Amino acid sequence: MTHAATAHHTSMGLDNRKMAFWAFIGSECLLFGSLISTYLVYKGRSVVGPYPHEILNIPFTSVSTFDLLMSSLMMVLALAAVQRGDMKWGKIWLFSTALLGLVFLGGQVIEFTEFVHKGLTMSTNLFGCTFFVLTGTHGAHVAVGVLWLLTLWVRALQGKLGPANAMTVEITGLYWHFVDVVWIIIFTVVYLIQ
Amino acid sequence: MSDAPAGLTSWLTTTDHKRIGLLYFWTAFSFFLIGGLEALLIRAQLAQPDGHLVSAETYNQLFTMHGTTMVFLALMPLSASFFNYIVPLQIGARDVAFPRLNAFSYWVFLLGGLFLNASWLVGPLFHAGMLNVAPDGGWFGYANLTERQYSPGPNIDFWLLGLQILGISSLAAGFNFIVTILNLRAPGMKLMRLPTFTWMTLVTQFLIITAFPVITVGLVFLMFDRFFGAHFYVHEAGATPILWQHLFWLFGHPEVYILILPAMGIVSDVLPTFARKPLFGYTVVVYSGILIGFMGWGVWSHHMFSVGLGPIADSVFAATTMLIAVPTGVKIFNWIATLWGGAIRGTTALHFAVGFIAMFIIGGLSGVTHASPPADLQQTDTYYVVAHIHYVLFGGTILGLFAGIYYWWPKMTGRLLSEPLGKWHFWLQFLGMNLAFFPMHFIGLLGMPRRIYTYSADLGVSDLNLVSTVGAFLIAVAMLVFLHNMWRTRRHGQRASNDPWGGASLEWSIPSPPPVYNFSVIPTVTSRLPRWTTERHGPMKDPPAVPPGPIHVPGGSWWPLVAALGLPVMALSALTHTLWVVFVGAALLLVGIYGWAFEPFEV
Repeated sequence: MTHAATAHHTSMGLDNRKMAFWAFIGSECLLFGSLISTYLVYKGRSVVGPYPHEILNIPFTSVSTFDLLMSSLMMVLALAAVQRGDMKWGKIWLFSTALLGLVFLGGQVIEFTEFVHKGLTMSTNLFGCTFFVLTGTHGAHVAVGVLWLLTLWVRALQGKLGPANAMTVEITGLYWHFVDVVWIIIFTVVYLIQ
Repeated sequence: MSDAPAGLTSWLTTTDHKRIGLLYFWTAFSFFLIGGLEALLIRAQLAQPDGHLVSAETYNQLFTMHGTTMVFLALMPLSASFFNYIVPLQIGARDVAFPRLNAFSYWVFLLGGLFLNASWLVGPLFHAGMLNVAPDGGWFGYANLTERQYSPGPNIDFWLLGLQILGISSLAAGFNFIVTILNLRAPGMKLMRLPTFTWMTLVTQFLIITAFPVITVGLVFLMFDRFFGAHFYVHEAGATPILWQHLFWLFGHPEVYILILPAMGIVSDVLPTFARKPLFGYTVVVYSGILIGFMGWGVWSHHMFSVGLGPIADSVFAATTMLIAVPTGVKIFNWIATLWGGAIRGTTALHFAVGFIAMFIIGGLSGVTHASPPADLQQTDTYYVVAHIHYVLFGGTILGLFAGIYYWWPKMTGRLLSEPLGKWHFWLQFLGMNLAFFPMHFIGLLGMPRRIYTYSADLGVSDLNLVSTVGAFLIAVAMLVFLHNMWRTRRHGQRASNDPWGGASLEWSIPSPPPVYNFSVIPTVTSRLPRWTTERHGPMKDPPAVPPGPIHVPGGSWWPLVAALGLPVMALSALTHTLWVVFVGAALLLVGIYGWAFEPFEV
């Protein structure tokens, strides 16, 4: 974050950090791909309950899905504001993105707690194993994103984040949108198609 | 500006790709010797029937650590040492794209390797003897043997935590080198002008960043099973241990190409230099490498024919496996055609490169025999497979890496290794490996299973096993000759000029060893063989000895080391089941990352 985004000439004309991030996202696809495949392979193979249809709360999760989708919108607005040098709105949107991320995490905490109360833990059955590890890994990604966004927000408050750092915000956005897209797949595969 | 900083601190904080390359080399070579000692103990145990040098438990740890060490701590990082040292020089860059990330990769690798190997010594901390808690489930760690129920000790914990740490190192390096090769090329260095070694490095990095997440997921599942009572591989809960095999080999087969492609790249650079001829069919060699990278993803179940996946799956994977032999065969013909009619100089590097071709053909042929499921059912889990893997990884990768070592040693150290000693080294190693591994084909087909700590004289393989053991010790003698050669060269080696071999690529246009900034002036590349006269171009002008102006060189940083330290600390927490330690590890990681992000550092 300490160097300007356009400092170096690159052979492909794409910023080094951005290219690295695209490669990272490609790698993450394989990570989530393996987790989601495992969920699908083990679907319906639990030998004891609770089973997905008994426990998944679609209306509740729809709300947190909507919340995460809106956070992506905030992220877009944040980047646009930083790019045009409007740091007042830049700060607001960055903070809103992080806040909506936190709300999503809060929803996940409530959901996990409720499941544990209803007797679903990681050691209950295969659904528990695959569900908690898949959504937990995603939640961990959201948590990292929130930390990252809050860091940017604090930098903006300190006046150390401006249009010169737009690339940093753009890369944060790439990460955030990716994590969001993964959630859409998880929501579809785990919650909607039971 | 051009004076390299000295002292321990300068090495701990270095972000110079050349120093990191040397660190990788010495660390990986040390692990290679440790893995070799483990192999010698295995062979000493098997020298005679009913051997009793080590117990069955110790033997399990020896073959597990031998495999794990050689794959993850010796071969991959030895290749990485060349990625680091040579690739930036070959593309005409002053460093890698992310110098601090590069240092981080190295420290994570070192710490992960130490973590794994500490398992030999720390038994007393777990109320067991020394040499009791090292990983013992095989380098492939099949579930459900690795579950807590069947492996209650910390052995498998060391393994699964160590491999996760090492995965992070490889992934970080993967992103770094993809960006370096794609983005930091000198003007005129088009993709199809890249030296073949750099090309194969690029393909390897793509395999690394796609394959390592898959094994990470497999290891995470195992970790949750062992530490938190999950059931990912527990049959009674409705799960199947076959899932592990799929995840492991989905990673494991691309891993084979991660190990061999860099060696193929080295050989493709060494042969043209010593035949004084351009690589025959450069384009085809590059495309074959890319094709191998893609096809490497479609063959994993040939490791699982004995599982019984059914005739359709078996046929498909048999077909893809036979197909992948095609681009490999193409490369072999290209190498042979490169030598054909060349002005050949029989240097040690060339000996190793030609040895690579011959030995890799043997390994490739036995590989094609396992591609057929009915044949594989006879061979699987026997010494025949051990023979195959060693022809590919020792005859292939190790000989290729030694070709690279003899070839680039003068560039990396400024002195030439002794050629007569090099020839002794080559012939001893060549003879040793064939004595050690060729009989294993027969031992296997005669019915000796792999991974057993002893065998009966009735099996009729005692003499062959003795020959194999003699071969293994001959390889050890070859290594002593090499160690002597390195030691001797340190003081008495002939000093290397910029270009002791008459090479075509950019690394030979600058001093040996190169100055901190590599190129006094970034070269402009006009052909695939910039330092040779080609039909259309004369040779390039070498950069001037003294830079025309000041050159910015990135400074050092402590943060990569601090961040890297966080990972083994977190692993230690899992190992000892102490929660607070994980917070210490996470804090180190966070402090490292924040320090890293906010320190003034200009690339």
